[in-house]
Order: sequence, then structure tokens, then C-alpha cells
Amino acid sequence: MATTTELEISPPVGDHRRRRPSRLRQKLGRFDVKASPYLYISPFFILFAITGLFPLLYTAYVSVSKWNLLTGRHGSAGFANYVAVLHQPFFWKALRNTVSIFLLSSVPQIILALVIAAVLHANLRARTFWRMGVLVPYVVAPVAVGLIFGQMFADQSGMVNALLTKIGMNPVAWHAQVLPAHLAIATMVNYRWLGYNTLVVLAAMQAIPNDVFEAAIIDGASRVRQFFSVTIPMIRPTLIFVIITSTIGGLQIFDEPTMFDQQNGALTAGGADGQFVTVTMYLYQLGWGSQNNLGRSAAVAWLLFLIILIISLVNYGLTQRIASEGGVSGRRGRRRKKVAA
Amino acid sequence: MSAPSVPVIRQSAGAGAARAAARRSGQKGAGANRRPRWLTYSILTVVLLVAVYPLYYSFLIASSTKEDVARHPIPSLIPGSHLWENMLKVVTSDIGFWAALRNSFVVSVVTAVSVVLFSTLAGYSFAKLRFRGRGPLLVFVIATTAIPTQLGVVPLFLVMKQLHLIGKLPAVILPALVTAFGVFWMTQYLEGALPYELIEAARVDGASMIRTFWSVALPAARPAATMLGLFTFVANWTNYFWPLVVLGAVPGKTTLPVALKMLQAHYYADYSQVMAGVFVSVLPLLVLFIVAGRQLVSGIMQGAVKG
Repeated sequence: MATTTELEISPPVGDHRRRRPSRLRQKLGRFDVKASPYLYISPFFILFAITGLFPLLYTAYVSVSKWNLLTGRHGSAGFANYVAVLHQPFFWKALRNTVSIFLLSSVPQIILALVIAAVLHANLRARTFWRMGVLVPYVVAPVAVGLIFGQMFADQSGMVNALLTKIGMNPVAWHAQVLPAHLAIATMVNYRWLGYNTLVVLAAMQAIPNDVFEAAIIDGASRVRQFFSVTIPMIRPTLIFVIITSTIGGLQIFDEPTMFDQQNGALTAGGADGQFVTVTMYLYQLGWGSQNNLGRSAAVAWLLFLIILIISLVNYGLTQRIASEGGVSGRRGRRRKKVAA
Repeated sequence: MSAPSVPVIRQSAGAGAARAAARRSGQKGAGANRRPRWLTYSILTVVLLVAVYPLYYSFLIASSTKEDVARHPIPSLIPGSHLWENMLKVVTSDIGFWAALRNSFVVSVVTAVSVVLFSTLAGYSFAKLRFRGRGPLLVFVIATTAIPTQLGVVPLFLVMKQLHLIGKLPAVILPALVTAFGVFWMTQYLEGALPYELIEAARVDGASMIRTFWSVALPAARPAATMLGLFTFVANWTNYFWPLVVLGAVPGKTTLPVALKMLQAHYYADYSQVMAGVFVSVLPLLVLFIVAGRQLVSGIMQGAVKG
């Protein structure tokens, strides 16, 4: 096969001395064409396999082993690590905190992103200026955000409490109490990611063809009605994307709550009584904190992986429903916003 | 021009309906050519102030003293005169500021260059070359963008231990050299931005595959590559968890976010100094934002439409 095609391609002149090197070059050329695609994708796949995929899968193995940070593996542990973790009240506290912070950050954030995107989706003057403006917090590291807001929400001599006292309300123990601490941490997450998600939603809104709106207007839809019955269903894929990514990121939250702990104590204690310890903080604490127990740490990682998977799927289902009954979810959304405000 | 115009409505549905349609199109908001009113701008101004104030707050605290902070929880909008002094304290403190800055810089630059190069290579291959297994492999890449690989932290730590890299900078760089998102992003971009004719022309001229990539695909990929580089830089500059795990809070050996945590732990009583540290650490990215913020904005918006 190969010879015939070569013969067809090469000139019919019977000059053997000239054909030999050209045949070699053709072979090389064909190898180049065949191998190059694989060669180009291989750096990604090799590096990803070593640093991404293998560790994730190997986590399952570590999680059923007795594995000490300093002394290494000491045989199989069966499911003892899982049992031990699931029997720790601290794990459940961490899980509760994580889910609570996640809800307090993602729900208001998506609603606000929709609102601000709708405002930005107008024929603005200095359009790029406003868009850049909402994105400023994105370049502030979560660690820095945590330090800034940690001070603003300080229990004593914090700015937020000073403002509350000024308008005649009682100061709040932002660090000591559970829900206020979650609210403060959620505020940090919202601060950093709201602008980013607003721009994502805005881009989706701009991709909606104009005649869809015109048709809605002809049908007599008000602006609010247009928003819920046209805009939201039309940007559904983007909403799903935003919700799934904020689920994956939000449930792994670590930076903000560790920085929120202003006391010079253990890095990942999450407050005096673990009022804002999160699952990833617990994971760190087990593996690299006091216990050096990598087996249990891996068990927590694997559990968190499953939790993220389940919540992502639930969110996916919910988003599907929200988009198909736009009006209903709109009402629900507005009520939720009131609660959050 | 698929929607009926007002005159068309007048003919088909009568004058009343036409007046209603005209009124409605006057009040419609989305995508209208009408300039928005002051209300829109006031909302946006509030949003902007909320976005900028926390940064300004850190600047205000950083420029005051710890006594000022205790006395005035709500800082005056005029900065104090101690910024330089506090910044000097931070950079000369025992957290190893300069080393942390240098480490962060090395990590962010190396990973940005590497992610861009490998993603463009793979993206070019996926978008423009034909090979067996292309479809399934691309699906695999897309699926892995949604996998929380950070959860592989325990074995990744063990890998680095095997390689004797604990406490060393390559341990932070190695896992960040490629991202599935980057490959997906460049594939999407090159699919639309690079015509097959260009590749064929280069091939006919006798360019090898890698030469074609270098002189045709890479230049075509430049806008998307710039954005990807920016995002990778920001992501690695702000990364905290993995450097903390693998480098630890060791002065001189770690990156800037971990150094900030040390600053907080050592000086939590003097918040003007902590905020000075925050301010100094944010400054490089703020400069980057002023220079390239436009690209970041359009990068996010392009990614949203395609993703």
C-alpha cells in the first residue's frame, strides 16, 4: 500500500539516485504528520496524569491505609479511617459550616450577579470602565481579602461594629458566633467573585439575539417579565456553569476562614469552638496539623469529593427546573434575597 | 429584522396596538440603543465603591498607626502619614518578604508561560489536526476541568516527598504547569481563529509540523494566549493552600500569601502593619490590572460565551 501511493506521488522519472532521499523524507514527513498530534497533546496528558489524576485516584488507596506523614504507610486500615472521621463531631461541624458558608455566598452572589449584569447590559457610556470596575476584587488574593475583612469584621474596634453602633444597633460577635462568622466569611467570597461572575452572566446576556426580546415586547411582556421569562431561560447554560463552578470552588473553601482566625493559635482551628472550621481546614489539620494522619486526611478528601459530586448533581437538577419555570424561581429568588440582605 | 415594525403592527392590528408597541419599545431595556438614565449610573457607582473601598481601607489602615486603628474603627478617608514606615517594617520583618515576593514571581511567571505553551500546543492539535482518539481525548479534557484535583493533595504531597521537593519551589510549580481549562480554552479559540487554509499553505511551502505550529498557529493564538497567561498568573499569585502544604510557613522559603499569613500570626496586635503587608502584596497585581484589566474583562466574557 505504502509503496504504491509513494510511486503515485513521486515523479514518474526513473532517477533512482534522486528518489531515495526523497522517499526517506516522505517517510519522515508522514511520521511527522502521524506523530505530531500526539506529541503536542502529550505534555498536558503526562503532566496531568502525574500531578492531577493519579493523586486523585491514589487518594482512595491512602484513605484505606494507616499512613503517617513522617513514618509512612503501616499496612491497611480497611474503612477504619472513614469510620473514625464520620464519628468525629468536628467533621460534622466542619461540613455544616462549609455548606452554610457555601449557601450564604453562592445564592446571594448569583442573584446579585444577575442584577448587576442586567444593569451593565445597557448602552453605557465608558462601558469598559464599569466592567473593569466590578472586576477589581478579582486581583486581590483571597488571603488579602481575608485579612482586610477580618479586620473590618473585628469583634472589638472593627469597622462594621462601629457602623452598627452608630445607627443604634448592638455590635455583633462576628468571630465568636456561628452564623455571623459564616456571614462574614461569605461576604469575603462574594466580594472576590461577584464581579467575575457578573461578567460571565453579562456575556451570556449579550449573546441573546435581540429579536427574542422584540418578540417578547410585541407580546406585551414587561421588563421584569422579560427578565424572568426570556433572559434567565436563555442564559441557562451559563447559569449552570456558574453554579457548578461555584459549588466546586465553594465547598473546598480554605483561604478565607483560615485568615479570618485572627488569634495566634492553631492555623486551622476555625475559631475557639470550630465555629468556622471547614472541611478542607479539617483535612489540613488531620494531615499536617497536630495528628500527621494522612490516611484520615485522605478519607476526608475522598468524602469531600463525593459531597461535591452529589451537590453539583443536585444543583444541576435544580438549575434545570429553575430555567423551565422561570416565573416561580423568580419569586423564590426575590424572597431569598430579602433574607440575605 | 425578524420582529414586526410599528407600521406593520398598525396595518395588521390597528392603531391602538401600534401605539402600544411604540410605547413598549420605548421602555425596553435590554440591548436598546437608548442611553440609560442616572439611576443606572448611580447603581454602578455604588457597586464600584463597594469593589474599591476594601482596598482603600487596607491602604488607610496601612498608613496609620495601631493607636489610630484602636481609636477610630472607621478610618477617616484621608490617609495617614505612616505608610512608608509600616511598609519598611513589613519588608524588613522576619517573614522573609523579599524572598516570598521573588518566589511568588518565579512561580507565577513560570506557570503562566508553561500553561500557555502546552495549552496552545494541545489546543492546536485538538482544534486543527486529525488523529485517532481525538474526540474521546477532548471529552476527557473537558470532563477534567470540572474535577476538584485539589483533593488529590495527600498523594501529591507524597509524590513531592518521593522527588525530594518538599520545601522547594518546584513542588509548587510542577502541579501548575498544565491545566485542563487552558487546553479547552485554546482549543475553542483556535477552532475559530485559525483557518485551515493558512496551515495548508505553510505545509505546501514545505514547513514541518512544528514549524507550522510555531509560525502559523502560535501567532494566531496570541490574543487568547495573552488572556490565558494573565489568568494563570493571577491564579498562581493568589494561591495559598498548596504552597502552605508543600512549602509550609517557613520564612524565606515560601510564597507571598503564606508570608502574609505569617505576618498576621506574628503581628496580629498591630494591624496597621498587617495591612501594610496586604497593600504591598496587592500592589503588583493592581499594576497588572491597570495595564491588562481590559484583557481580563474580555477574557472572562469570551470564555463565558464559548464555555
